[in-house]
Amino acid sequence: MIIASNITKQFGKLKALDNVSTTCNEGECIALIGPNGCGKTTLIKSILGMVVPDSGVITFRGKDIKNQWEYRDEIGYMPQIGRYPDNMTIGQVLDMIKNIRNKKTALDEDLIESFSLHNILDKRMKTLSGGTRQKVSAALAFLFNPAVLILDEPTAGLDPMASEILKEKIIKEKGKLILITSHILSELDDVVTRIIYMQDGILLFNKSIEDLKQDTGEVKLAKAIAQVMKI
Amino acid sequence: MKKIIKFVITDILRNRTMMVYTLFLLASSFSVFSLEDSNSKGLLSLLNIILIVVPLVSIVFSSIYVYNSAEFIELLVSQPLKRKSIWLSIFGGLAASLSIAFFIGAGIPVLIYQANMIGLTMILVGIMLSIIFVAIAMLAAVKTSDKAKGIGAVIMLWLYFSLLFDGLVLFLLFQFADYPIEKPMIGISALNPIDLSRIMILLQLDISAMMGYTGAIFKDFFGTYTGISFSIIVLLLWIVLPVWYSTHKFNTKDL
Repeated sequence: MIIASNITKQFGKLKALDNVSTTCNEGECIALIGPNGCGKTTLIKSILGMVVPDSGVITFRGKDIKNQWEYRDEIGYMPQIGRYPDNMTIGQVLDMIKNIRNKKTALDEDLIESFSLHNILDKRMKTLSGGTRQKVSAALAFLFNPAVLILDEPTAGLDPMASEILKEKIIKEKGKLILITSHILSELDDVVTRIIYMQDGILLFNKSIEDLKQDTGEVKLAKAIAQVMKI
Repeated sequence: MKKIIKFVITDILRNRTMMVYTLFLLASSFSVFSLEDSNSKGLLSLLNIILIVVPLVSIVFSSIYVYNSAEFIELLVSQPLKRKSIWLSIFGGLAASLSIAFFIGAGIPVLIYQANMIGLTMILVGIMLSIIFVAIAMLAAVKTSDKAKGIGAVIMLWLYFSLLFDGLVLFLLFQFADYPIEKPMIGISALNPIDLSRIMILLQLDISAMMGYTGAIFKDFFGTYTGISFSIIVLLLWIVLPVWYSTHKFNTKDL
């Protein structure tokens, strides 16, 4: 569904992505992991067209995404740090995005309800805590029932309850292409089907979770990754 | 696109700075017209205020607005929207609201006291200047991602257009005083929208006689229809070129 080939992106001296190639298919749930600053977010932003790669091609359903915008209609994106216009209320933000997307099909308002966002619709974005902002971001990502979900550190800043709700929601959406970045490996255990590990802009390995567990002989994902890192 | 323009306009009109700007223009226009004994003298004083204040407010307000909407722009870019239409909508929203503020603040008083050709030219020029400086501000904002640097650059640009440029022109005039440089001066005046606007209005006010030989040459050129259409085309270019270039830059900007 999404094919990235030979993506390179340089920010000044720093090579954020170095010749990264990967293929993401429908129905997969891919975990992008790696240390801070290894280029996970840059890769995600390249797929969304927010960062323009220096070289390489990204295709979405076989079409080059360069200068395209329609394909984003099928993507729900939850940024790492959701930043919204300070003076807008939660309700206004939701309405504006609904207005822009202009979807005729039914909206998926599960998360708005389970995070009880409908009770605080008139709160301004600048008064919200980091966690509540994350809840808004999550609700927006799932709202339009997109075919692809891109979640950048979805549970960072969420309290354990909310984090659990979100995880259940992600499991429910199985069958869609889901891309998650996270540092906390234990969260991903029962969701993920494939792991992409990045370091310093280089894609180090790209394996399905069964292969990984078999290769390392570990049952827990965190331990398996640690095993791989030792080598 | 329409939705974003509508959002930007309502957001700006709610802004208190805009109210203060409009009220300031209203107050200065009415006081100038009631202080001066003849209306055309009043227009002249108002011209001087407008040529300083309108570019300054337009350029500073727009650049701050664009920097403050960084989050909003980021949110929009991740949605299924064309980058070009996001950028042009913000430009459209800013240009429309600053023009409205100028029209209410200075346009209406001018129409009350001086509803003739000169008054209308002045309103046109003021609106053009507002839009030109929105365009320049957006170009500066897309070129520098650092807010403090960007606003500094924008203030320097304003200083250049309203003060330094005149200094350079005077310097040239003195250096080449022995040569016939009156005609090249027409070309040089096109390099500064503020000067061009000033010339357009002064020449209609019949005080060009006081400007000596240069004034006569200017009158010969800018007084004609060719001259007026030349100035309007140059002013339009001052809008189109920065907008085109900044849209191009924004299309490949990393967010």
